[in-house]
Amino acid sequence: MSEPEPQTEARRIATEARDRARFEEEALSLADQVYRVARRLVGSREEAEDLVQETYARAFRSWRSYTPGTNMRAWLLRILTNLNVDRGRRIQRTPQTQPLEETDYYLANKLASAGGEQVLETDEVVERMSQDSVVNALSEIQPQFRDVVVLVDIGDFTYADAAQILDIPIGTVMSRLHRGRRALKQRLAEGAVT
Amino acid sequence: MSGDPCDRCEELLQDFLDRTLSDAEWREAETHLAGCDYCSRRYRFEASLRRYVKTSAIERMPPGLMAKLDELRGLDATA
Repeated sequence: MSEPEPQTEARRIATEARDRARFEEEALSLADQVYRVARRLVGSREEAEDLVQETYARAFRSWRSYTPGTNMRAWLLRILTNLNVDRGRRIQRTPQTQPLEETDYYLANKLASAGGEQVLETDEVVERMSQDSVVNALSEIQPQFRDVVVLVDIGDFTYADAAQILDIPIGTVMSRLHRGRRALKQRLAEGAVT
Repeated sequence: MSGDPCDRCEELLQDFLDRTLSDAEWREAETHLAGCDYCSRRYRFEASLRRYVKTSAIERMPPGLMAKLDELRGLDATA
């Protein structure tokens, strides 16, 4: 048995350092998008910052388990959502009751019955709801539904990515997404029409 | 197929906007929407609501966080 050639060993170390730096660069370039999702999964900016830092600490430690060429944003979000569930920090504002099963036209119907059908024709109709009310409505959806709505509608993940991130079947992603969006509209309807 | 065509169109709304309908369902929705102002208005409303929800929900990363993340580079797996 001989020691590896010093040159070979040096080359291996250099290659690994380069791969690692490349991984870190790519991960950091996604930070804004990772934060965007994190912010809507937890209740405060501070918690979101902590969560993103913990995610990157774990990601940098386990960078070897990332397969180059696969979706790094989804890989990071999987770490993040796992950490979030483990720490039990998901926003839990609502009591654990079944959401009312309103239908998809519910919010539009409410607005139309208050302001007339033509109100739906105007572009500003959605903007009459404050951005805060949208953020609040989102935070009031049950966590299991909100996670999916945030990943797909805010984070632009595909159903398949969301399924992989949350480790649930695609069919579950779709049903939670549909119910989550209806729950969101129901919350918005409660605030929009007074 | 049975029931109110507008109810049926309402059921197809989310998948229509997600572009996950089958070809047959897609045609079904398009045919109905072409002749139904009530549903067309609600589809357009939903599309603009989605855009608004997204813009409202997106918050930029706080200044300073990037530097903190940058400091984590090179973290050892054993640390």
